[in-house]
Amino acid sequence: MRAAKRQIEILARDPLLLAVVVVIFAAIATFVVYPLAKVFLASVLVRGTWTLEHYELLTTRRLYRNALVNSLQVATFVGVVGTALGFLIAFVVTRTDVPFKRVLHMLTLLPIISPPFVGAISILFLFGFNGLVTKQLLQLQDFNIYGRWGVIASQIFTFAPLAYLSLRGVLQSISPTLEDAAFNIGAGKWQAFWKVTFPLALPGIFSAFLVVFIESISDFGNPLVLAGAAFPMLAPQAYLEITGSFNLARGAMLATILLLPSLTAFAIQRYWVSRRQYVTVTGKPTASTSKLVTPFAKWTLFGIVASFALLVVAFYAVIVVGAFTRVWGFDYSFTLQHMNYVFSVGLDSVRDTLLIAIVSTPVSGLLGMLIAFLVVRRTFPGKAALEFGSILSYAVPGTVVGIGYILAFNAPPLILTGTFAILVLAFVFRYVPVGIQNGIAVLKQIDPSIEEAAQNLGADGVTTFRKITLPLIAPAFFSGLVYAFVRAMTAISAAIFLVSANWNLMTVQILNQVGSGRLGVAAAFSILTIVLVMIAIAIIGFLVERTGKTTSTIRF
Amino acid sequence: MASQEPRHVDEHEADLRIVGLGKTFVSPEDPSEGVVAVDDVNLSFRKGQLVTLLGPSGCGKTTLLRMIAGFEEPTAGDIFFGSARVNELAPNRRDAAMVFQSYAIFPHLDVFDNIAFGLRLKHLDRRTIQDRVDTVAGLVGLEGMTKRPPSQLSGGQQQRVALARCIVMEPRLLLFDEPLSNLDAKLRDQMRVEIRDLQQRLGITSVYVTHDQVEAMALSDVVVVMNAGRVEQVGNPIEVYARPASRFVADFIGKANFLEGRALDGTAIEVAGVRVDVPNGVPHPAGSAVTAVVRPEALTLHQTGGGSLRGRVARTAFLGSLGEVVVDVPGQGSWLIDVPNAAEVGLPGVDDEVGVTPSARSVHVLPA
Ligand SMILES: Nc1ncnc2c1ncn2[C@@H]1O[C@H](COP(=O)(O)OP(=O)(O)O)[C@@H](O)[C@H]1O
Ligand SMILES: [Mg+2]
Repeated sequence: MRAAKRQIEILARDPLLLAVVVVIFAAIATFVVYPLAKVFLASVLVRGTWTLEHYELLTTRRLYRNALVNSLQVATFVGVVGTALGFLIAFVVTRTDVPFKRVLHMLTLLPIISPPFVGAISILFLFGFNGLVTKQLLQLQDFNIYGRWGVIASQIFTFAPLAYLSLRGVLQSISPTLEDAAFNIGAGKWQAFWKVTFPLALPGIFSAFLVVFIESISDFGNPLVLAGAAFPMLAPQAYLEITGSFNLARGAMLATILLLPSLTAFAIQRYWVSRRQYVTVTGKPTASTSKLVTPFAKWTLFGIVASFALLVVAFYAVIVVGAFTRVWGFDYSFTLQHMNYVFSVGLDSVRDTLLIAIVSTPVSGLLGMLIAFLVVRRTFPGKAALEFGSILSYAVPGTVVGIGYILAFNAPPLILTGTFAILVLAFVFRYVPVGIQNGIAVLKQIDPSIEEAAQNLGADGVTTFRKITLPLIAPAFFSGLVYAFVRAMTAISAAIFLVSANWNLMTVQILNQVGSGRLGVAAAFSILTIVLVMIAIAIIGFLVERTGKTTSTIRF
Repeated sequence: MASQEPRHVDEHEADLRIVGLGKTFVSPEDPSEGVVAVDDVNLSFRKGQLVTLLGPSGCGKTTLLRMIAGFEEPTAGDIFFGSARVNELAPNRRDAAMVFQSYAIFPHLDVFDNIAFGLRLKHLDRRTIQDRVDTVAGLVGLEGMTKRPPSQLSGGQQQRVALARCIVMEPRLLLFDEPLSNLDAKLRDQMRVEIRDLQQRLGITSVYVTHDQVEAMALSDVVVVMNAGRVEQVGNPIEVYARPASRFVADFIGKANFLEGRALDGTAIEVAGVRVDVPNGVPHPAGSAVTAVVRPEALTLHQTGGGSLRGRVARTAFLGSLGEVVVDVPGQGSWLIDVPNAAEVGLPGVDDEVGVTPSARSVHVLPA
């Protein structure tokens, strides 16, 4: 306690910095912790009395029990298959010399920058009641894509790229010289892989699994489109309880249940797996040798990976074609009517989405860097709690956040429902964790005396951050921006609770159109979203290029 | 423990005063466990002095310097700049500019912007900034390089930027943390001279941390020898060399031979049964055990008989300008003796019996 008081005294010598810390604490408490607490409270405190009756429904009502079991099963399955697929692609890209690696890489990343249920729409185009494959090609009459396998398929398509991205980093950081060393002492290819590469990558693989697991169980869009009434799942069920039956307490109960597996996976990831990442850091990613695989294995793997890439191409081609097709399944003639709709009736939501993304992205980016700076470079009481609170929202399913926000900001003291602010705030605090983590990683590599030198020459804490730290962590800042922007443009699970007549989002429009069977309009919206995201990434890339001229030449 | 011989500086004329200063680092995992980095340090320095903090690695020099700069919080004691206590002053308001061991150049700013950084924070006008940066760049030999990014500077040039960035502020204190340790030997000697010249010219009180005793001797008005967080001795370079306050200081600064013996009276001791005169005085009662220090150049070697003490040659080395002879003296251990003009007089053979005479005025009896 004495130590805490002393830390505050020291911090108070820099009053502006102290103010910043206080504001951030207040903001995290208000916009991350408080809504979560409200969700939990709403599930156990009904009209002034404490009760567990809603939790008892899990045992008495099959609907809820099934929702829980289904969600867990799907998340586990998608986690395993998605991670395996991601690992294969990462392995092919980092360890073999197959052609078109760059194309494979780009195509694999495409689902990441799309609205999370583009896969679901493509699946409907191809395998739905009027699906191109199921109806036109195979003439199936009673084929039903809705349910378990539909959700699983579209989630693997959506989340395997995430596993790929993180496993690519893991494999790149394992120097192929280790494999060479294994060959050198007489190991075969198979042994070198199983005894060297795989064990070294294992913590990374497990970590990727947990990420996919969290994403899958939190996913809202794919289940809402594809699960169907016979296959209840937690996130859409919570949404239906609240918006369909206006039963806040049950929705809150389901949201709380939904939180448990996510938080558990997150805790394992953060406090157990990340301590075991004994990846040998060699500084630069080494150019890989490709001695690990025989030509046969190489081409087999390439075949699998290329098939996935082709699937991506097919899915997106279907979306593009669908956006310009009059009535899918019946009338395949060309039309601009869906696009016209998007640019007339839908234009408001396009504008709203862009505005919200453009406002929330830089705020989220700056906040992330500021928190990273405070966590790495300053001591103050509650620092660990601040770090935890600010990255907590990474693991909290959007559905829970959305319910939390409507519960927390629907009544005094802070009424925000239906406003621009509530959407911006939700996005800022939801997408700040990745920026924080990137910022922390980069800051830890920068000599602290550079910032001390600035202070020594008269800069206070905030000036030091602005003039020294921020320029030095610009790469992390910009990649945080890309992430926050993509997420803000493609978010659905929290946002769907927060949109209003005044402020609507493209993703919600897409979902509504799917719901009313107008897949063409949904496809047109999806294409526009992807195009806007790509333009934004190009602009941010351009900014990086420009600042890179002054910073990238620097040796630290 | 050796006495802390405070060089007397009156309180009112001290430019930097450190009173009872201590720092214990507490481990975050186990608050009951602490590392005492600095322990009860008392020092006072006059305006314009260049003071070195000298001691082996880990003895607390950097921690002491960082407390002066305000980067570490003392756990005991006070720091005064002039008459003002600065303990609670934030580092950015202390006016004590520091040259870091790693230089800490701002990598995204060119030389000019690095030097101008502190001036801009003071909101000086453009002309003044331009003039002051140009002047200082000239002083440290960076003229014509102010538009370069740091990545195009050699180690020595980065060092100059770090120095220029500090002196352009005209601070009340200059702090240096082993500034030359990353340079090669030749550049180190050159920069040492430049830093000393510049400091003299500007008259800024400076605290200079080093573990290199040669550097400390060459630079300082005052040397503060530290060991395990404590001050062992404060004095000018000749004092700490010729009259070390402790065995540690004698050993750390230069090469030392230790004579173990007994005090005879106020001006002589007995070593290995031989009377050795100590005109500088023996601060011990007659009969008590004493240790005296003699430097290698103050021992005379007698190869052909004579000499007050006898010993046997253990090793010899010819180093050009002088020869080194190690002699085992019974009951005393090994002594190192410098033989000037070794090329002319020649060196003894190993196992030869030789005589050794200490030069009386250079024998220094350690305080109790
Ligand atoms: N931030 C710190 N936390 C814990 N111990 C420290 C810290 N900084 C220094 N120490 C310890 O304090 C002692 C003195 O360190 P330092 O002042 O850096 O020595 P020097 O500069 O003389 O080499 C060392 O034992 C060191 O391990
Ligand atoms: Mg040091």
